[in-house]
Amino acid sequence: MSYDAHFRVWRGDADKGDLVDFTVEVNDGEVVLDVIHRLQATQAGDLAVRWNCKAGKCGSCSAEINGRPRLMCMTRMSTFAQDETVTVTPLRSFPVIKDLVTDVTFNYVKAREIPAFAPPAGLQPGEYRMAQVDVERSQEFRKCIECFLCQNVCHVVRDHDQNKEAFSGPRFLMRVAELDMHPLDALDRKNQAQEEFGLGYCNITKCCTEVCPEHIKITDNALIPMKERVVDRKYDPLVWLGSKITRRS
Amino acid sequence: MTEIEKYNYDVVVIGAGGAGLRAAIAAREAGMRTAIISKSLFGKAHTVMAEGGIAASMGNVNPNDNWQVHFRDTMRGGKFLNNWRMAELHAKESAQRVWELETYGALFDRTKDGKISQRNFGGHEYPRLAHVGDRTGLELIRTLQQKIVSLQQEDDGDGKLRVFAECTITELLRDASGRISGAFGYYRENGEFVLFRAPAIVLATGGIGKSFKVTSNSWEYTGDGEALALRAGSTVLNMEFVQFHPTGMVWPPSVKGILVTESVRGDGGVLRNSEGKRFMFNYVPDVFRKNYAETEDEADRWYTDPDHNRRPPELLPRDEVARAINSEIKAGRGSPHGGVILDIATRLPAAEILKRLPSMYHQFKELADVDITKEPMEIGPTCHYMMGGVEVDPDTAAAARVPGLFAAGEVAGGMHGSNRLGGNSLSDLLVFGYRAGLGAADYVRQLDGGYPAVRPDQVEAAAATALAPLSLNGGENPYAVHQELQQLMNDLVGLIRTAYEMNEALKRLDELKVRVGKVSVEGDRHFNPGWHLALDLRNMLLVSECVARAALLREESRGGHTRDDFPAMRPEWRKKNLVCSLSDGTAVDVVEQPLPPMRPDLMAMFDRDELAKYLTEAELPAEEPA
Repeated sequence: MSYDAHFRVWRGDADKGDLVDFTVEVNDGEVVLDVIHRLQATQAGDLAVRWNCKAGKCGSCSAEINGRPRLMCMTRMSTFAQDETVTVTPLRSFPVIKDLVTDVTFNYVKAREIPAFAPPAGLQPGEYRMAQVDVERSQEFRKCIECFLCQNVCHVVRDHDQNKEAFSGPRFLMRVAELDMHPLDALDRKNQAQEEFGLGYCNITKCCTEVCPEHIKITDNALIPMKERVVDRKYDPLVWLGSKITRRS
Repeated sequence: MTEIEKYNYDVVVIGAGGAGLRAAIAAREAGMRTAIISKSLFGKAHTVMAEGGIAASMGNVNPNDNWQVHFRDTMRGGKFLNNWRMAELHAKESAQRVWELETYGALFDRTKDGKISQRNFGGHEYPRLAHVGDRTGLELIRTLQQKIVSLQQEDDGDGKLRVFAECTITELLRDASGRISGAFGYYRENGEFVLFRAPAIVLATGGIGKSFKVTSNSWEYTGDGEALALRAGSTVLNMEFVQFHPTGMVWPPSVKGILVTESVRGDGGVLRNSEGKRFMFNYVPDVFRKNYAETEDEADRWYTDPDHNRRPPELLPRDEVARAINSEIKAGRGSPHGGVILDIATRLPAAEILKRLPSMYHQFKELADVDITKEPMEIGPTCHYMMGGVEVDPDTAAAARVPGLFAAGEVAGGMHGSNRLGGNSLSDLLVFGYRAGLGAADYVRQLDGGYPAVRPDQVEAAAATALAPLSLNGGENPYAVHQELQQLMNDLVGLIRTAYEMNEALKRLDELKVRVGKVSVEGDRHFNPGWHLALDLRNMLLVSECVARAALLREESRGGHTRDDFPAMRPEWRKKNLVCSLSDGTAVDVVEQPLPPMRPDLMAMFDRDELAKYLTEAELPAEEPA
């Protein structure tokens, strides 16, 4: 069972570009990425698109489909009516390189700002002991496939490019939470989260959670608990007093 | 010629999957200025697709496990064609490499006493696979990626360890004496050329699956490393051994080939034909008969009482299971969409399935509308892994014949013999990635600063070859040629082979070779996938020819090479590797080369009876006096 679909795909580069109309065959069970590949093979050999696994595991084929940030490999054509126009555009929060490919350097820069896992002193490889229940919290966040859809959709940077400097975005605030919740990580990361990575900018609209293809509860399980930890630290009078006495701040 | 960006490094690692990253970490920690070249964005490598786990005999779940048992399992899985030294190093060192990951921040699933949990897998005698649900590869790649970042933080920048993302190497460079002097490539983003001057190169480019139509592999798997090594004068071996994973998705057509993890079977999933019968009991080969259950009752008891029951035949090595599935389908007992049934829904409670196999649940739900907690999966064989690859020295990972060239991971050959056990690839990446990084560092240190010179004529030739598809007009469409290649390899050089088919394949590959030289692409050098594919095609074609030539010569069936016209395993052939090289830069030569004989103390780990199934009479140890 196949039919001809109407696609509009953004084509262009950093300087200029426009939506281009295509009529393209669609077969049973296909996803948007299959259709983009068919366009490449038959109508637009130089159409730029990133993809790797085509199974929702690598997070490469992120784009906006009818305005919604999604993985092209996990968006089935059966979710559209046959006479519906499918519009595919590049992620809006990052500079375009060409067609559907954007410059996601921002994310790699932010990744490098977060202090790495600090191994506990005195434990050799093979001596780590952790309970399943304790690793599960961070494990949820490590399901992240770095598709950067949450980074793209978060209004803190989507509508305010100037915030990129001070705000690491949901993916990397979640990384801070992941490390803070790691049972054996030796660093305290609460102040960093607030002061260096811009946790305070997040006003928990949950857009990140909504677009996450891995269904990670970014806001509820990472960002809100992290905000609570920061607040506990900052406003608890006993903690405040303790920090003054021991000069830890 | 246009200006070319140039860099100087001590070690250049080509490939940013598990093996490449582990090699880069080892090289940087040994003091080398190291570059990592990644065809994709950093962290997207095919390693993320590994699901089930990392095999390492830590003995956390069954204390009887140790490196000797792991070594034996690996040799059996590879039908004794493995390079025994590689299998030995792998079995001995994998536990340490896994534990190291925890110091980088990895979070594996845990046992009740807080150790790393281990799960059952095909061909492994004890629960051995360290895992994180069914997304172990993602954990591995992310952990190594984050370790690289932490080293860059220590260095206060990427001066000593830098990742070149979306950069493809098209040629290796050698000095007048044949030593590695660098690598030439292009940035995908803008198509500009880049030259890395370096005395040591580690190939970690993965496999060749994109030569086949039905495959679990991503676009990057185009045999680059094998082809680069061949063109640089090195050799590849065991190329006839291609692993077809028994369980790939078969429906809908657009997802055909996507991997369904072996953990489904490790955790209790069973295979059934259209009659509802667990057919694997009919396919236990003689060499394994002693170790596998004969009844469903015994097989089912094994999950809870492995010490007193034998394992279910669904957990035979992958080559056996793939062939069995193929036979059932051919006999007309397949499922509606041309596969067989993989059933976990009737075997485990829904909550348990969701916990152990979350990404399989997700994959089937979103791509096929199948709820695996309620419905059976339809699966069939898919091209998954290349056992063969660059011929290397087991201890240092140094490639044959080319000083300064190293290879690790899937691109290297020998470790897995004729068939790889599930879980042994992630451990392979870590063990030999680490060794390749150290091997390269040792080699560079010996040079003592006397780095081989880059020859300008080689750079010019590489640039001209890379630009050719852009300068031609009205040639063939690279996408169309690629589809033809994939169809041909699938039809003629797939799971079951004959001499007639190999000859036919070679004839058609010859024709394709001419056509690949004439492809032309539209557009310019700016992020142009058509151009990238045109350049990758050259590599795919070369490795496809190696596969077909070696498959024609090996007149027996063993592991990932099944000949319908020679259906039995033949001990004479076990003694030989088939080694490919390039003569005149274009023609593939294949020669037989004797396997190094196994060290007696390793040989002594096996019963004479078992060895007799694989070895020739002359190779067997002297019979013990009764």
